[in-house]
Amino acid sequence: MSMIFGVPLAVLAGQLLIGVINGAFYALLSLGLAVIFGLLKIINFAHGAMYMLGAMSTVILFDALGVNYWVALFVAPLLVGAVGVLIEYFLLRRIAGQDHIYSLLLTFGVALLLQGVLTNIYGVSGLRYSMPDIFQGGMKLGFMFLPYYRLWVIVIALLVCFGTWFMIEKTKLGAYLRAGTEDSQLMQGFGINVPLLISLTYGFGVMLAAFAGVLAAPIYSVTPVMGSHILITVFAVVVIGGMGSIGGAIITGILMGVIEGLTKTFYPPASSAVIFLVMVIVLMFRPSGLFGKEA
Amino acid sequence: MTQPVNQTEIQKAILEQQSADNRKKMVLNGVLLLLLLAAPFAMYPVFLMKILCFALFAVAFNLLFGFTGLLSFGHAAFLATGGYTTGYLLSNVSGLTTEMGIIAGTAAATLLGLAFALLSIRRQGIYFAMVTLALSQLVFFFLVQSEFTGGEDGMHGIPRGNLFGFVDLSDNYNMYYFVLAVFLGCYLLVQRIVSSPYGQVLKAIKQNEPRAISLGYNVNRYKVLAFVISAALAGLAGSLKSVVFQLASLNDAHWHMSGEVILMTLVGGMGTLLGPVVGATFVVNIEYQLSQGPLRDWVDPILGGIFVLTVLAFRSGIVGEIQKFVRKNLG
Repeated sequence: MSMIFGVPLAVLAGQLLIGVINGAFYALLSLGLAVIFGLLKIINFAHGAMYMLGAMSTVILFDALGVNYWVALFVAPLLVGAVGVLIEYFLLRRIAGQDHIYSLLLTFGVALLLQGVLTNIYGVSGLRYSMPDIFQGGMKLGFMFLPYYRLWVIVIALLVCFGTWFMIEKTKLGAYLRAGTEDSQLMQGFGINVPLLISLTYGFGVMLAAFAGVLAAPIYSVTPVMGSHILITVFAVVVIGGMGSIGGAIITGILMGVIEGLTKTFYPPASSAVIFLVMVIVLMFRPSGLFGKEA
Repeated sequence: MTQPVNQTEIQKAILEQQSADNRKKMVLNGVLLLLLLAAPFAMYPVFLMKILCFALFAVAFNLLFGFTGLLSFGHAAFLATGGYTTGYLLSNVSGLTTEMGIIAGTAAATLLGLAFALLSIRRQGIYFAMVTLALSQLVFFFLVQSEFTGGEDGMHGIPRGNLFGFVDLSDNYNMYYFVLAVFLGCYLLVQRIVSSPYGQVLKAIKQNEPRAISLGYNVNRYKVLAFVISAALAGLAGSLKSVVFQLASLNDAHWHMSGEVILMTLVGGMGTLLGPVVGATFVVNIEYQLSQGPLRDWVDPILGGIFVLTVLAFRSGIVGEIQKFVRKNLG
């Protein structure tokens, strides 16, 4: 078997693949955070909880109503997005204009609340969700085995990421969004319902998290605390990419997944810490992140 | 323009008013002190010590957040570093007196604080919060993976030892008065810091950093010092905690702990001296009371709810709201 730096190629490739998949989740989640922070200046500590809600609702919908994966892929994000709109409308709106820190604290509270309630109902041991039949099996790539589901996750996550980036940066709707949050009075003068726009933007960011949650349901263990584990990592990704930079979030997300995979191959003990290490180093040299605008 | 009736008379009146206020304050403080001294005879001393440790932690955090305006989201790292260092030394170095172990733990947290501060101090606002969070995650992973920490299980059976070599701290009353003395010392220290010219500069930085810079203050140096003092006190809280409970656990290093100390400070009233103490007492009590009753499993969501409510409705916290009320209605 061929070796690279003393590691079998198959092992390296396997870890890299897992890295890219994890990276796809980081990208989707940090994209949502970047949308919410970049457009609304809200630091959404409830993002992990929304990801968790996406995955949990997929399992619950299936168990209770037999809703299949494909339907869940649309319904779960919409449900969670609606929860997001409610949170924005009833809670976040009340602290608009205050220091950003308060949005962090408020959403942190919301996350504790949601996570705690679901833990009480479902416990912390993982719920089971079986993969749709179509994804059984995979393909042999010579040096490794690629399960179809993993391939699907990578492709669909990248598509959604690209679509979101395109919508916000290149379309008229995106321009309204950016303008509406930049100078809300002016936009209101043009007859645009800015408060509604803000609610929907928050809801959309949250939907991205929930979508990642649905994708995660068949491959990760679905528990009420799954969001809290990933949240801090995703925040690191967003900071490394440059807070509010949409493209930066996507690229950094995948990059960090890969770096994590590589670390796992060559020096496993550091794998869970490596992203934070990268973050500290990046911020030393580029305070506004890799793709952020200089503040 | 007419001259004020008599300048010296007005000054005299002000001074009298002040000394009357001071007298009132002294009486109040005396009563509080008596209550604290008598408390272990009415309540379980270990529980009281838990409150004191967290109160010290919150006081330390508040010096940074409440008075300097720096939100550290990584203060758990100092609590844990103090706790683990002290725990390790007391468990493994024979003949080490408890206060030496605690001093060593505090020193370790102080050094870590200096490192954190140098790495993070140039960042503003949310970036500062995130850098401190990332650094504390590094500490967390270090503690999980190191052999000497006991990994996921933490450190158990840390001996309480003897204070100065002869006061037996395995006695809960001795331990309580020691913790109380340390707590009061630190509280007075923070009070002194906050009302000193240095503390005034910190407040100025919080309110308007560019102006503080333009007045010629080396703002970063002030911030670093505040951060280091805060880290040292947080480490001291962790050291005391590990001696009291004879346990250093991973919980103390988890980022949720950083969140919890923010909650304590916020609920009590950030930027007030007594606020964090009241907040810590409140949160520790809530956690304890709930864990005894039928709502045992609902501690987390209830804390989350308190977080939300505080941010939405009582941003000045318990002490802050009371102060506001007094000023408006009785002042």
